[in-house]
Amino acid sequence: MLSRTAANLYWMGRYMERAETAARLLQVGERMSLIPSTGAGHRSEWVPLLQANGSFQTFEAKYRDPVQRNVESFMFFDHDNPGSVAACIAAARENGRIVRTALTSQVWDALNTAFQELKALERTERSELPLTRLTDWTLRNTALVRGSIAATQLRNDGHDFLNIGYLLERADNTARLMDVKYFVLLPRVDFVGSGLDNYQWTTLLRALSAHRAFHWAYGGEVTASKIAHFLILNRQSPRSLLTSVQGVNDHLNRLSHGYGRAGRPQATVRKLLGELAELRIDEVFDEGLHEFLTRFIHEIAELGDAIFDAYLSGDAR
Amino acid sequence: MTQAQAFFNEMFDAGGVRGPYQQLQSWVDDMPAELRSLKQAEAEALFRRIGITFAVYGEGGDPERLMPFDMFPRVFAQDEWRRLERGIIQRAKALNAFLADVYARGEIVRAGLVPRDLVYRNEAFEPAVVGFTPPRGVFSHIVGIDLVRTGPNDFHVLEDNCRTPSGVSYMLENREIMMRLFPGLFRENRIAPVDGYSEELRRTLASVAPPKCDGEPTVVILTPGAYNSAYYEHSFLADLMGVELVEGQDLFVEGEFVWMRTTRGPQRVDVIYRRIDDAFIDPLCFRPDSMLGVPGLMDAYRSGGVTLASAPGAGVADDKAIYCFVPEMIRFYLGEEPLLQNVQTWQCARSEDLKYVLDHLPELVVKEVHGSGGYGMLVGPKSTREAREAFRARILADPGNYIAQPTLALSACPTFVNEGVAPRHVDLRPYCLVGDRVTLVPGGLTRVAMTEGSLVVNSSQGGGVKDTWVLSE
Repeated sequence: MLSRTAANLYWMGRYMERAETAARLLQVGERMSLIPSTGAGHRSEWVPLLQANGSFQTFEAKYRDPVQRNVESFMFFDHDNPGSVAACIAAARENGRIVRTALTSQVWDALNTAFQELKALERTERSELPLTRLTDWTLRNTALVRGSIAATQLRNDGHDFLNIGYLLERADNTARLMDVKYFVLLPRVDFVGSGLDNYQWTTLLRALSAHRAFHWAYGGEVTASKIAHFLILNRQSPRSLLTSVQGVNDHLNRLSHGYGRAGRPQATVRKLLGELAELRIDEVFDEGLHEFLTRFIHEIAELGDAIFDAYLSGDAR
Repeated sequence: MTQAQAFFNEMFDAGGVRGPYQQLQSWVDDMPAELRSLKQAEAEALFRRIGITFAVYGEGGDPERLMPFDMFPRVFAQDEWRRLERGIIQRAKALNAFLADVYARGEIVRAGLVPRDLVYRNEAFEPAVVGFTPPRGVFSHIVGIDLVRTGPNDFHVLEDNCRTPSGVSYMLENREIMMRLFPGLFRENRIAPVDGYSEELRRTLASVAPPKCDGEPTVVILTPGAYNSAYYEHSFLADLMGVELVEGQDLFVEGEFVWMRTTRGPQRVDVIYRRIDDAFIDPLCFRPDSMLGVPGLMDAYRSGGVTLASAPGAGVADDKAIYCFVPEMIRFYLGEEPLLQNVQTWQCARSEDLKYVLDHLPELVVKEVHGSGGYGMLVGPKSTREAREAFRARILADPGNYIAQPTLALSACPTFVNEGVAPRHVDLRPYCLVGDRVTLVPGGLTRVAMTEGSLVVNSSQGGGVKDTWVLSE
């Protein structure tokens, strides 16, 4: 297929996943803001979200005050913020529009309907749009697009690129969501292991729609180490780093079989997968969760570069 | 009431409802107003959902506009269509013969039938392809011929489009939507299908593969990109034909061939249906600032490595000044009498014509020779004195750039309007395909001027579209 088409599909996947993450981040923020202040008082519960998302400085320059309404504007509606739900859905839809011919009508319909509804939301009075409605709307629509892809797209190379986009973004985003914990805890390390600490971890699970799943998988007490294991190394957890990287690996293998050749993307993902497969969770904490996640995000970006060079740039020979 | 009789009504004549429209009388009579608005809303939602929009940039507001769609179909009887079809095919053949001739020996010019300067000094004449004969001698593979009707048997050609006539996606989608909205109508009437168009287009394009192509030709559509107003059509046709939709950046020239950049490396391309103007297709040969084209494309083309449809230079046949000579072309190349009439045309380049035009501005329609989209024209009877005076000055400044025609009484077809159903003026653009054979699907795009009395049907000027039926009994 055309390299440009593959690139459009890949970015469509990435933007849809990113829109979903923005909505999940908003959910985390709202739940965290509902618990009594930690007493430190000088930090808004919303700031860590923006920090983890890498957009705090952009936010502060434009809105200054990190209150819920401003964060909602920034993370849901603001087209100047490339990570907002609105910007991501518009970008995903634009990528999809360019490659209409590579999508089934059902996928296009789901994507285009989300975009048309978004425009209607943008025209609605904000007082009629509680945050839960915005986040529910986003999760429902991203699920519709993903479901249409799973149900109707041909399992060809386009399907691989679409999924690689989704999975790479998911790996990156799960890492970033976990990093929110790091930013929340930064001021007072002595909270670790406290009731508050567990509350925040639980909130994170909820945001990943994995609260129940976690209990089914582990049972018993919620601990930082179990949750980190669940989100990093558990092969059953649909959003864990290992599951996401495994998925990228599978799709890259399909591509190398189909095209009859493998290259740097396959080598890069195999190395990353090998490392994760042998990792134990106490090693993650020995390295430092934040340090580990930073390194992981960096490696995911490198994998993205390798995929771009090999398939999406159009320079492959 | 004399006004009402001044044009041909497609549905009613002195004897009542005309044959082809018989079934529609009860359909429209039995349709309650609520159902009508419900269906109209459903049609609009479908157009939006499917994404059939055309883009208008630079005017503010939503750039994705819907083409106004009128649910009242325009109908041709089988015998009416047969006559039209013969005339259209005849014209498409003559236009292609003319192109093959003027880029070769120029017999028609030597015979003194078409003025030399009009051809060789024409802006659209392309010196870069002189002496090159494209596969099967075809220059214009998709010929769109704009027709108007003034009487039961009177069809006039308004203009020819030999480059990249657009709008065929509306012909196809209007039909799809009508079938979804009113399946009953299609059971009661025997309406010839139009959905063979895309397969016939693919076959036509494959039939003009270059001599160097061995095996199944790879056909692509070349688009200026997603921001082009007709992008929907480009992607729609690519999808229906199952071919890649490429932009200039996806192609490159190497070793006399054109290649596209794919995820598995370069793949050779044999036929390019390009929806980009000549001036932009190759920055090495034409406009050096073009970002839309492919450097070296013309070299590959001239050496027989790739076919371009339409061929560069095809525009010289659809110029509004050349138009006057199409009847001559038909006689000269085909030895036949023209089946479709031209509209009488005054060329302002000629001093006696110029004098007549300036003396009769209030009665005439004046157009730019290279204008399109309904821009840059004066409709005399609808114009103000000031507009006419301004136009007079423009004509005098550059007479060669203008032609004039009498204001035709365009036929009118019943159309849904706020007050109910009323006649609105229509034209017709059928799409004729020219490759190893010349074919025409039974139908075309009917454009309708939605404003009462208006004669301008262009979408950029508020025109709408209708489904066009050819009855097959």
